[in-house]
Order: sequence, then structure tokens, then C-alpha cells
Amino acid sequence: MLGFEGIGVVLAYVLTIAAALLCVIYGVINWNKSDEEEKL
Amino acid sequence: MDTLYIGIVVAVYLAITAYLGWLGFKQTTNAADFLVAGRKQHPIIMALSYGATFISTSAIVGFGGAAAVFGMGLLWLTFLNIFVGIFIAFVFFGKRTRKMGHNLDAHTFPELLGKRFDSRFIQGATGLLIFLFMPIYAGSVLIGGAIFIAQTFSISYDAAVLGFTIITAVYVVFGGLKGVMYTDAFQGVLMFIGMALLLIYAYTSVGGVMAGHTALSKLAPEAKILFGKGGHMGWTSMPAFGSAMWMQLVTTIVMGVGIGVLAQPQLIVRFMTVKSNKEINRAVLVGGVFILFMTGVAFTVGALSNVYFWNNPKYQTVAIEAVKMAQAEKEGKVYKPVVSVELTKKREADAAAALLNPALAVKEPAKPAAAVQSAAIAPKTGAAAPAAPAPAKPKASGALTDAIIPLFINEAMPKWFIPIFLITLLAAAMSTLSSQFHTMGTALARDVYEKGLQIKSKNTVLVNRMGTLFTIILSLGVAIYLPRFFETGSAIIAKGTAIFFGLCACAVIPMYVGALYSKRFTKAAAKSGFLAGVAVSLLWMAFIHSAEAAPLGICMALTGKASLLDPRSWISNLDPLIAALPVSIIVSLLVSALTSPMDKEHLKKCFNGIEKV
Repeated sequence: MLGFEGIGVVLAYVLTIAAALLCVIYGVINWNKSDEEEKL
Repeated sequence: MDTLYIGIVVAVYLAITAYLGWLGFKQTTNAADFLVAGRKQHPIIMALSYGATFISTSAIVGFGGAAAVFGMGLLWLTFLNIFVGIFIAFVFFGKRTRKMGHNLDAHTFPELLGKRFDSRFIQGATGLLIFLFMPIYAGSVLIGGAIFIAQTFSISYDAAVLGFTIITAVYVVFGGLKGVMYTDAFQGVLMFIGMALLLIYAYTSVGGVMAGHTALSKLAPEAKILFGKGGHMGWTSMPAFGSAMWMQLVTTIVMGVGIGVLAQPQLIVRFMTVKSNKEINRAVLVGGVFILFMTGVAFTVGALSNVYFWNNPKYQTVAIEAVKMAQAEKEGKVYKPVVSVELTKKREADAAAALLNPALAVKEPAKPAAAVQSAAIAPKTGAAAPAAPAPAKPKASGALTDAIIPLFINEAMPKWFIPIFLITLLAAAMSTLSSQFHTMGTALARDVYEKGLQIKSKNTVLVNRMGTLFTIILSLGVAIYLPRFFETGSAIIAKGTAIFFGLCACAVIPMYVGALYSKRFTKAAAKSGFLAGVAVSLLWMAFIHSAEAAPLGICMALTGKASLLDPRSWISNLDPLIAALPVSIIVSLLVSALTSPMDKEHLKKCFNGIEKV
């Protein structure tokens, strides 16, 4: 049985993998996207 | 053979680093090259440089060791490192920073803020904050790297710290940000390979992924015996909500470092080194995967090291106790661990017997862990009879946790991997240190000297090189003399990273967000938020937060107490960032509401093209 504290760690696992996937997907989708800037 | 192998690996590493530093030197012809790498860096170089700068030896060894104590809950920091440190930082801060930096022709982070709010004070004060407090952070990275080098090559600490500084200084002073970023990218690749191999071998050493994590869950009773008073619930659980360990894990380690990253000047300047947002989009992918393999691996391996040591016949205890055993062995003594396979079997047998015969349950009360601990170290003797306990000098908890990952590497990894891991740590330390040197140098030379004090110079590159050299000497002084002159010096240094991250976040985050996202945010609000953040943060460190107040000793000198509040109370364990950042935000918003916005033409120039970002 997972207690409240155990769920905290499982959530950290899931969110960590999700954040890494978000970075990968964002990078792939926007690979060629830009807003693109000109011989002290 | 081993020494020759290590020597060859290190020599090849240094030769490649020197070549990349020389390449940076050859390509540095003007101030923009030295300060922002010519604004045309490749996205992969930018992302690896950002990641390698972000991750230092303390992230791998220090925080990896902390994971061996706190457990998998540290993965919350990995989540924030990726989501806040990469995704939010690049997508919501990086693009606007690059564009606004370009619009305003800014070459450093303080210069970006100064030009955005048209304020010499903001540029000078932010530069001064970096110049005054970053040497503590750089000193902590320098000390960590030098101790590691001194132990590996059996040389003195002073020789290690001097050699380490000189090698890094040469390519920073001459190569500028181009030299720093080229070497960072190379070091980042080495770090990635080293950590990937570490993950594979670590899981192999504990019997695989499922077996390792299941075994770690089963060790929860041992965690409660060791750290139960602090709120530990096991290595696959968070500490009990609100307990001392929970406060330390969540407010200092996870929030302090996880959010503080947004305001790190040595990272923010990276956004100004690429020519368009396309590079930033591509860097998100590389950065996210890189950080997952850095802190994700370090924290997982740190926690799993408990299973390895528990299953290892030589130790049969958890990681922190195994380190005590190894250190006692070096001193010719024997340390009897507080928790071990043998004690657990005895406890289970007693429990089973008590279940069968309740009369057996009435026994003498168990000794508390501290009492067991005090009698656990005895001189090493060949005799079977128990020897008289000899008091051993207690080691600082920080020193013990820092020793966990190196001990695990030496015990669990194949011999050929040890020099590879040495290079991984060397690369982590050098990549962070080189960026710190560059940021401190440019803060002093450009932000304080040239812009803040308005002293004109004919050769900007030379002034920045001299500024960088001066701050390198200052950091070297911190690394050599602070631990020597103050008995508590090492305790202050160990806090260096958290202090700098927290201070920067409280001082800079409100005005940084305001600068990028609000035309209504005023110059007065930026100044007052900065001053409120710095003041509350420093006062909280000096008088309330016992982790800093006790070693700093200011509160003790003025009031006779280590901290104004009971060190056990939750508020004494509340990180300065959590206390000072809300104050800084509220002050900024209030002052902004009461003062008039900046000139429309100036704002138009600042935000030119940013709405599309």
C-alpha cells in the first residue's frame, strides 16, 4: 500500500519523465520555428 | 598501471580542453565575442554549455549523497531542474531575454536589467551582488573539485586548488565566453557518457530495475531507526509532512535550487549567445535530456546505493553507515553500524518469538539510536573479545554524505570505470567554475567598473580579462583561506550554492519577470524589489535560518543565541528564499502600482518584436 508520502515519490517519478518528454516533443515540433537580424 | 592509465586519460582530457580554449581565443576579436560569444552559437553547444554550467560536482557528489540519505524524494528537484530550469527558463524567459538583449544591445545579465529599466544603479548593484557573493559559490565548487583531485592524485589540497584554478583560469581569461562554451560542450558530452554508464552499472549492481527498487522499499524500517526522529519514512517515500527533514528537502533543496536557477546570471547570459529563437527551441530538447541524465541519474544511484551496501557482504548496512565503516577502517578502527543485516535478522527473530510467547516481549527497552551510535566505534583489534570503546572525532554530516558516491564508485564499479568517472567529475567542476569566473569577471569589469562607475576604457576586452583575473584570484583566496582561518569555514562553504541561488532569486526574479513581461513594471519597483529581496534574504540567513545563522555566528555575537527562534521550530527550518521572495514580489507590485510607468518610446524599443516571441 502506498501512503501519502509514497505517492509523493511516485508523482516525482512521473512528473520527471513527463517534463523530459515535454522538452523532447517541444524541441521536435519547433525544430525549424523562429520569429530572424544586421564587416561598446 | 592504474596511475599510468589515469594519467593518460587526464592528459588527453586536458589536451582537448586546452585546444578548445585556444580555439575560443583565436575567435575572440571584440567585446561581443568575449561577453556573449559573438551571438551566433550553435544550439547544441548552447544547450550543453547551459547544462554543464548548471551541473557541478556538488550536484553529482553532494546531492547524490543527499539522495542516499533523503531517498527518492530528491527526484522532485530533478523535475524542477527539467521543467523550471530548462522548459520554463528557455521557452518563457530565454526567448524574450535573447530578443530584448538584442534590442538593447546588452552583453551581460545586469546590463540587460540596467538598460531595460534605464538605470545605472540596477546594472551596478546587480553586478556588485554577483561580484560580492558569487565567489562563495565559486569557492564551494573550487573546494569540492580540489578535495577530489587531492585525494585521487595524493597531492596536497593547496597544490590541487592552485592547479585546478590555473588550468581553468587560462582558457577563461584568454578564450572569453567562446572558449568557455566550447570547453563546456566537450565537458558536457563527457558528463553525459559518464552518467549513462553509471546508471547502467548501478542497476546491474542491485540486480536490475525492479529488484533494486523493491529492495529499497523493504529497507524502510532501517531508515526509520536511523532518521525516524527527523521524519524519515523510507527511501522510496517523502519524509513526514512538515517534519525537519521534509522542510529541509522541500524548502531548501528542492525549492531553493529548483526555483533559484531562473535567476542565475551565468546561465541567463547563454540565451544571449544565439542568433534566433530557432536555436533556443532546439536547445530545449538537448537540455531536457541532458539534465535528466545528470541529476536524475545521480539521485537514483544515490538512493539505490543503500541496496548495494546492504547486499555487499563487506558492509551489510546502508550507505551512510557504510561510509562510517570505511572511514573507521582507514583510521585502524572498527565501526559497528546502527542498522545492519545481522541486527535486522535479530529484531525479526525477537518479534517472531514475542508473537509466539508474549511473556518474552517484556524485555529491557531498546537503546535509542544515538546511544548505540556513541558506543559503536572501537579500535580495530584481531581479538574476538569486545574492545573498549574509543571516542572517535565525529565527522560533519556533510562530509559523510559527500563520501557516499565516491565510496559507491570505488566498491561497485569496474576498475576501468573509475578514471572515466574521475573525468566526469572533473568536467562537471571545470565547466561550472569557468562560467562562474567569466560571469564574476564581466560583472566587475563591465557592470560595476565601466557602466556603474562610468569609467571609460579604450580596450573593453582587456578590461574584462583583467576583471576576470581579479575575481579568479578572489575565489582562490576564498577556497584557500576560509577553511583555514575559520573552524566553521567548511560549513559556510558547503552552504555556498544554496546561499547564492537563494539570494539571486530573491533580488532578481521579480524585476526579471517584470522586465520581460510587463510594460507597467516601473524603475522604482525594480529598485525597491531588489533591495527588499537582498535585505530580507540576508537578515533571514543571519538571524533566523539556523542552517546559516549558526555557522555565520552573527546572531550569536549580537544576541548570545545561534538563532533568534528555537532551531527546532518549523520557521527556523524555512529557507530564506521562501521567506524573502514573497516579500520582494509584494514590494515590487506595490511600488509599481504607486509609481508612473516608463517612457513609451523606451518601452517600444525594449519590446520590439517580443509580442511574437
